Amino acid sequence: MISLNFPILSVITYLPLLGILVICMINSKHHDLIRWVAFLTAVAGFFVSLPLYFMFDSNTWHMQFVENVPWIPQFGINYHLGIDGISLLLILLTTFLSALAILSTWSAVTEGVKGYMISLLLLETGMIGVFCSLDFILFYVFWEVMLIPMYLIIGIWGGPRRIYAAVKFFIYTMSGSVLMLVAILFLYYLNYKSTGVYTFDILSYHNLGLPSNIQFWLFLAFFLAFAIKVPMFPFHTWLPDAHVEAPTAGSVILAGVLLKMGTYGFLRFSLPIFPQATVDFVPMIMCLSLIGIIYGALVSIAQDDIKKLVAYSSVSHLGYCMLGMFALNIDGVKGSIIQMINHGLSTGALFMIVGMLYERRHTRLISEYGGIMKVMPVFASLFLLVAFSSMGVPGTNGFVGELLILIGAFKASVGYGLLATVGLVLGAVYLLWMYKRVMYGNITKDANKQLKDMNGREYAYLIPIIIFIIWIGVYPKPFLDKMDASVQHLLQMVNQQ
Amino acid sequence: MQTIISIKPLLAVLASLLAVPLILKTGENRPNLRETWSILAGVIKFSIIISMVPTILSGNTIEYTLVSFYQGIDIKFRVDAFGLLFATVSSFLWIVTTFYSIGYMRSGNEHAQTRFFACFAISLSSTVAVAFSANLITLFLFYEVLSLATVPLVGHKETPESYEGARKYLLYLLSLSKTLLLSGIIIVYMVAGTTDFQSHGLLRNQPASMLLFGAFFLFLYGFAKGGVMPVHNWLPSAMVAPTPVSALLHAVAVVKVGVFSILRVVFFIYGVDLMGLMDIGVVASYVVTFTIVMGSVIALSKDNLKARLAYSTVSQLSYIILGAVLLTSSSMLGGIMHIANHAFSKITLFFCAGSLYCSAHKTEVSQLSGIGKKMPWTMAAFFIGSLSMIGVPPAAGFNSKWLLAIGSIEANQIPILMALLFSTILNAAYFLPITYKAFFEKEVVSNHSSHGHDDHHDDIRENPMIVVPLVLTAIISLLIGIYPDYFLALAKEVIK
Repeated sequence: MISLNFPILSVITYLPLLGILVICMINSKHHDLIRWVAFLTAVAGFFVSLPLYFMFDSNTWHMQFVENVPWIPQFGINYHLGIDGISLLLILLTTFLSALAILSTWSAVTEGVKGYMISLLLLETGMIGVFCSLDFILFYVFWEVMLIPMYLIIGIWGGPRRIYAAVKFFIYTMSGSVLMLVAILFLYYLNYKSTGVYTFDILSYHNLGLPSNIQFWLFLAFFLAFAIKVPMFPFHTWLPDAHVEAPTAGSVILAGVLLKMGTYGFLRFSLPIFPQATVDFVPMIMCLSLIGIIYGALVSIAQDDIKKLVAYSSVSHLGYCMLGMFALNIDGVKGSIIQMINHGLSTGALFMIVGMLYERRHTRLISEYGGIMKVMPVFASLFLLVAFSSMGVPGTNGFVGELLILIGAFKASVGYGLLATVGLVLGAVYLLWMYKRVMYGNITKDANKQLKDMNGREYAYLIPIIIFIIWIGVYPKPFLDKMDASVQHLLQMVNQQ
Repeated sequence: MQTIISIKPLLAVLASLLAVPLILKTGENRPNLRETWSILAGVIKFSIIISMVPTILSGNTIEYTLVSFYQGIDIKFRVDAFGLLFATVSSFLWIVTTFYSIGYMRSGNEHAQTRFFACFAISLSSTVAVAFSANLITLFLFYEVLSLATVPLVGHKETPESYEGARKYLLYLLSLSKTLLLSGIIIVYMVAGTTDFQSHGLLRNQPASMLLFGAFFLFLYGFAKGGVMPVHNWLPSAMVAPTPVSALLHAVAVVKVGVFSILRVVFFIYGVDLMGLMDIGVVASYVVTFTIVMGSVIALSKDNLKARLAYSTVSQLSYIILGAVLLTSSSMLGGIMHIANHAFSKITLFFCAGSLYCSAHKTEVSQLSGIGKKMPWTMAAFFIGSLSMIGVPPAAGFNSKWLLAIGSIEANQIPILMALLFSTILNAAYFLPITYKAFFEKEVVSNHSSHGHDDHHDDIRENPMIVVPLVLTAIISLLIGIYPDYFLALAKEVIK
């Protein structure tokens, strides 16, 4: 186990707050300065988080870089941070995407830049905090911290229906988290009854051995909170609204990281704390995931708005994450985690691409485009590559995730596996069809004839993602190895029951 | 028998891939330099592949691991006799086709030639990579790349018809490979813990099970490039592509990747013993025999020359698969040999169809009366190609069909023997009239032809850039019929 004398996790978590502090001192008229400060803070955050990857010991499932100090001792609340192989990659994804997301709305947001950048940075703190909290109360605090800036980003800097979308997002997520809070408190009480110790320490709940009927209800409460966040069918209806109205950076973060909170929650809480209930819930969750996969893809096919199409594709992709996770075998869970990363990269990139088109033409309707390949050839080839990644063409990251999830699903049951492959085809259909309508053919709209190809800033935020798309696609081993021990341990806890 | 680690297979794959940026950079302005890259890459590629022949013929295999992907899954190349046979054929024919393409594309003043040659190079890279893949995952990777790289070639003309062809192409190849094929691969991985090809079969020690029985048919239809009915429909639609594409890709590279992969699964995943034990061979052989007969019947009904050739291809591909699934040593030899024999003969026929289109603008069989006098080289080559397809000695097709017939007797499958003979009659029925028309019928001066191109019949002249390649492949079709030693030696190495 590695424990540095240096509180690296705290530094990564609170670095964005430092940026916020600096931004607060800048006059809100200096837009560019504010943008630069925010961007550089996020970049610094990414570089500070890199050592985590290199110093992480992948041979152990124990929490690493642990910081544990009493916070409110009389209630057993600790300031407890630490990461394992499951959260490591998600933290890196967060710091990586945050920097790129700020870059992606450099010129799109022109009003209230100060507030916007503050929200984005606060959001980053919340997200990283969620991934490294090992104390329930701390976790819940970060979970809620995350909610407010996202609400503001959608509600203030969003599209025409932003208020509706923001409120819907808030109500859905909030109702889920309230249920979770009740469940946490109930767990806290149960734990006290059986051990006589007041503690919110997540790890100490892992081997609690709760009776199965209690597990059932508590699992259900957590399930609702996380399933809304994922979102699983039928709790997904807030997602398309939120995505479509959010500005590009909001969509990137929402798709890239926020949706992973749900799947991460299942891995960190539901599976190890309620192993019995997990196994009992498998058929239901598998069914909902499969419905989500196929339903999400079918609805995507029917969209005439590019951003909505990408938003619905998330429902399908996250369905795969859930499918792999609840296959409850090593291939499936690893595939699920790598698919979380993949989805963050490829869907994040797709939203950026939609953003590029929107900035040029101020419309997202597919019918307004056509023949764009002729005026934006470089954009066309990068767009195609990202689409390939999203549909899981071999050689891109998407394939790795899909393959592992399918192996997991087939091992769980051949039927699940066969059904899941149908979703893969539909995924190819909606993306390629959209691509064809937007990029191929003749230019029918005059406004499209003058479009400029990508500029330097756009390269700067798309190319890094593409590097990872190919890297993970060709050589996923370094990423998969990091999570090996943690996933093994997790499955051991589930299978002991 | 030794395993030699060598980077050669990777180099063979890269040779044509590295040409792509050069082709793109040179662009439309300097076509001669651009085509030099293709030819240069082709020659280098072919030389690298040929240089591996002695090693393989002496019973060794060459391996090269690129990256380790996951437990039991590597991205890895492995050169054995079977892969080498396919790689030699396709890389050699790429050189010939490049010359032919230059003649064809320039005489037709085709647009987007840079894209055409670039996609061609990617296709060939992935074809050879499939030939050298050491396991199903690597094979799948390049199989998909090949599908995607050929789509722009099928849709080359950018007309509604060619878009439709490209759409169908993607729909069939991509969806079937993602559903059936990927499922099959995962089932193999699940059962064996790896997907590596092993001589005598990776699964040879596994007990027979319904799962494995079903999985074989996932492969048979999942490798839709093999064109087993009913997943053959993409092939006739893909004929909207320029003729060099139909010739090299849809008579050799792409379709043979399909049958090659199916044969890989038969020989190196299931193995002959397990195939026999589970009766997969028998069931599969009747499935493909149906395709053989139906392909020929449909071909008979087509007046469009390329469509007729396409259905003939559908039928001939199933000969190759039939050879494998009959599971006797003669039939397997015949099937493997037919990969090479069909390649040389069918590419000749397609080259001829392209030559007729370029010089005389003829696409239908019924328009060919008397064309033989104007285009003697083309039609003579066509005749040789037809003989080989029918299976008349000394043309190449005879050898493989003879072995197949013997194999069906050895396997005690007399109905299949009858079907083979029946199909041979059909082959003759749809090929020979073309030559007959060309040489012995008088030219019909059509009065309802709105184009009036018959007036220009005197101007018809064969383009040497087009004729030389097709005569060459016709001669090779004869030569490998008379001296089948090279391919026979490799084929024997495969089934050893």
